[in-house]
Amino acid sequence: MSRQLTRREFLRLAGLTVAISLAPSGYRLLSAEEIAKDKSFSPNVWLQITPDNIVTIVVNKSEMGQGVYTSLPMIVADELDADWKQVRFEVAPAGERYIDPLSGMESTGGSTSVRHMFEPLRKAGAAAREMLVSAAAKKWGVPANECKASNGMVIHKKSNRKLTFGQLSERASSLPVPQNPSLKNERHFKFIGKPLDRLDTTEKVNGSAVFGIDVFVPNMLYASIERPPLYGAQALSYDKEAALKIAGVKHVIDVQSLSYGYRGKAVCAETIEGAWKGRNALNVKWDRGSHPELNNESLHTTLIEHLKKDGVVARNDGDVKLALKKASKKVEATYTLPYLYHSTMEPMNCTAHVSPSGCDIWVPTQNQTGVLQVASKITGLKPDQINVHTTYLGGGFGRRFETDVVQEAVQLSKETGRPIKLIWSREEDVKNDLYRPANSCKIEGGIDEKDLLVVWSHKVVVPSIFSRVFPQMMKNGIDPAAVEGIANMEYEIPNVYVEYVRLDMPVPVGFWRSVGSTHNAFTVECFIDELAHAANKDPLEFRLSLLKNHKRAYKVLEVAAEKAGWKKPLEKGQGRGIAQHLSFGSYVAQVAEVSVDEKIGIIKAHRVVCAVDCGDVINPAIITAQMQSGIIMGLSAALKEGIELKKGGVATSNFNNYELLRMHEAPEIEVHIVRSREKLGGIGEPGVPPIAPAVANAIFAATGKRIRRLPINAEELKKT
Amino acid sequence: MITIEVNRKKYQVDVSPNVPLLWVIREHLKLTGTKYGCGISLCGACTVHIDGKAQRSCQILVGEAQGKKITTIEGIPEDHPVKRAWIKAQVPQCGYCQPGQIMQAVALLSEKSHPSDEEIMSVMDGNLCRCGTYTKIKKAIKMAAKEVRK
Repeated sequence: MSRQLTRREFLRLAGLTVAISLAPSGYRLLSAEEIAKDKSFSPNVWLQITPDNIVTIVVNKSEMGQGVYTSLPMIVADELDADWKQVRFEVAPAGERYIDPLSGMESTGGSTSVRHMFEPLRKAGAAAREMLVSAAAKKWGVPANECKASNGMVIHKKSNRKLTFGQLSERASSLPVPQNPSLKNERHFKFIGKPLDRLDTTEKVNGSAVFGIDVFVPNMLYASIERPPLYGAQALSYDKEAALKIAGVKHVIDVQSLSYGYRGKAVCAETIEGAWKGRNALNVKWDRGSHPELNNESLHTTLIEHLKKDGVVARNDGDVKLALKKASKKVEATYTLPYLYHSTMEPMNCTAHVSPSGCDIWVPTQNQTGVLQVASKITGLKPDQINVHTTYLGGGFGRRFETDVVQEAVQLSKETGRPIKLIWSREEDVKNDLYRPANSCKIEGGIDEKDLLVVWSHKVVVPSIFSRVFPQMMKNGIDPAAVEGIANMEYEIPNVYVEYVRLDMPVPVGFWRSVGSTHNAFTVECFIDELAHAANKDPLEFRLSLLKNHKRAYKVLEVAAEKAGWKKPLEKGQGRGIAQHLSFGSYVAQVAEVSVDEKIGIIKAHRVVCAVDCGDVINPAIITAQMQSGIIMGLSAALKEGIELKKGGVATSNFNNYELLRMHEAPEIEVHIVRSREKLGGIGEPGVPPIAPAVANAIFAATGKRIRRLPINAEELKKT
Repeated sequence: MITIEVNRKKYQVDVSPNVPLLWVIREHLKLTGTKYGCGISLCGACTVHIDGKAQRSCQILVGEAQGKKITTIEGIPEDHPVKRAWIKAQVPQCGYCQPGQIMQAVALLSEKSHPSDEEIMSVMDGNLCRCGTYTKIKKAIKMAAKEVRK
């Protein structure tokens, strides 16, 4: 069902085509004729109706589980009044034409796909609908306002005449494209708001979906890279000749990337087994690297030491010092969280073919714009000579925003003159990630004599992601991810102070599903619970009392608590915890029920109730799935995940020492969608942040023990 | 030359007998529904059937698989109750681990047509899903079990 098409192919297809071009003043809708004539414009959304009654919608966002190949077509199809059974999707190629109008990039991240594409896609659908209606009215010689589009047809009720979109497509294509088509009243949405089945399920079930690792190109070589095992390590010796003696091995090449430093020694061979065997034969001896003293203990010490340093002030309301002095009760806590690995089930891979006249890249990427840029720099080719074929992504979670594997494959293809298929092993994938940053916080809070929360002082020590990825978004030395969810917390507190201390480490960091909110929601929502306890208030009531003017946060808490039966008694050894967090424009609250066996030290989260307000709802089934997914990933991180640093490198290597949540550990999850009709929020990430603090707070309810370090160490909960 | 039988078809492959079956299936036979996940049998993405039993193809050398009947996701009929249930329950998110999950579930139901929750969990526990589709997998297995029993 999915394949990639070229611009030329698309235009060659008969029927009605609508594109949208980006202009500073707004969108411009275009027909196929205008597209063919004008080479300078950049249409970024395509919709085509062919005489065979197939409606094809080109999706400029990467599919990594979040359902964009369904949700985005639903938006177009609804405005178009299409027959859903006739809707197909195509994957957009990379290029200026398909950039996201709001981010200015062709990329998928920040839970923005639906938010950014909603309006232009509605307009494209509505314009095509008006063209089809006009075409029918002209043919029948009746006023257009007597005709109506419905379920893939245009109908003239008075004369009981009907024509299908396919029959009208050619005629409609000669009409001017309306620039301001009227959008439907939301009450008339037919698909939007409904739990439609995904368009990509069948191929994902029968195994035919093509992921990056499934690509084959004639005459390709396989590559495998022996990488420095420690940060900054240099090769002392290696045996190139031994590798070249292995059957099928053609090249041994040093890989120096554009923006990720030295990558190691690649072996390129005719077969995958040859590439691995050759790589082993290299027998590289490495030196001790640049940070031989770095390990988990030294990291912890460094984090704690940095808590004593001065940082940059991200927020300063009222007078925190004075308020802390005057507070009748003071609470102080320090939290520490580890580096986290993305663990996409499909390891990093890329297939590239560089020739003097062009370059083709097949890659599961979240960042087509980045892929084009680096390929252009490495090859010296112009972006329009480079074709990026986006495959399915076997998980993304922010990891596939990076272009490290692309840089490696493109360099190797350029140097060998052959197409290169580069697959990382799981071990390479674990050890060469750009991790969710480790971090530490010191928080102080104060309660007055009426048990009201009057002051919050929060210092966060965390490595910076934005200074590397989007340096232009650093403001006054503040990384927006570092203080996301702290500086903008929903709670109304008269005195708030937020300080950020940037920590530079040799361990590279990147976007990990929900980014800064992964750690900041934990510390904020655990600490608010500590304050509630100090104020002798119910954790839910305490939160609500601070959210009186924050309706959406208030509501999701209320719904989650009510559906969970917040006040209902639990069995001995069980506890219930709550947390809420706003991220990526969506409000999410979760109540977790856990059982703690303090004799043997076992924690089980057996039930999670989630309430989400993401504004308008496109596909509630996808929203529910994304909440479930975020909860499982966040719970996995809270209970099990953390990278181990040792001797200046990553000691963690595979799922034997980086364990993920498995089926028997997965809780029952209930998701309740609060339909607020407010502004659209994101859905891929906001399910992650609240679960870790909800579970930690539930453990406190069950045991009276506070969790201030992740992953949660069940051993420490043992009653001695 | 190695001869293996996959999905009732015999293939001759020019490969050393000590290459893992997974890579022969994927990169030589181009049956790419079977996925690589970890290479140490801890994720289940590479699960295939060997003589009807679910096995991790990353742990079996192609030489050992000679003379045995190998089935991959491509060899499971489209109308198989498990595939149908997976679609009906809308299990996949990114989809990468799903062929392995399905192969494991098909083997489970061929042995036990009425698995309890505990039995489902103990058999499926070896298959990781980073998207967290576990609840739906459980639901789909129960739906498929009903069909299998009919």
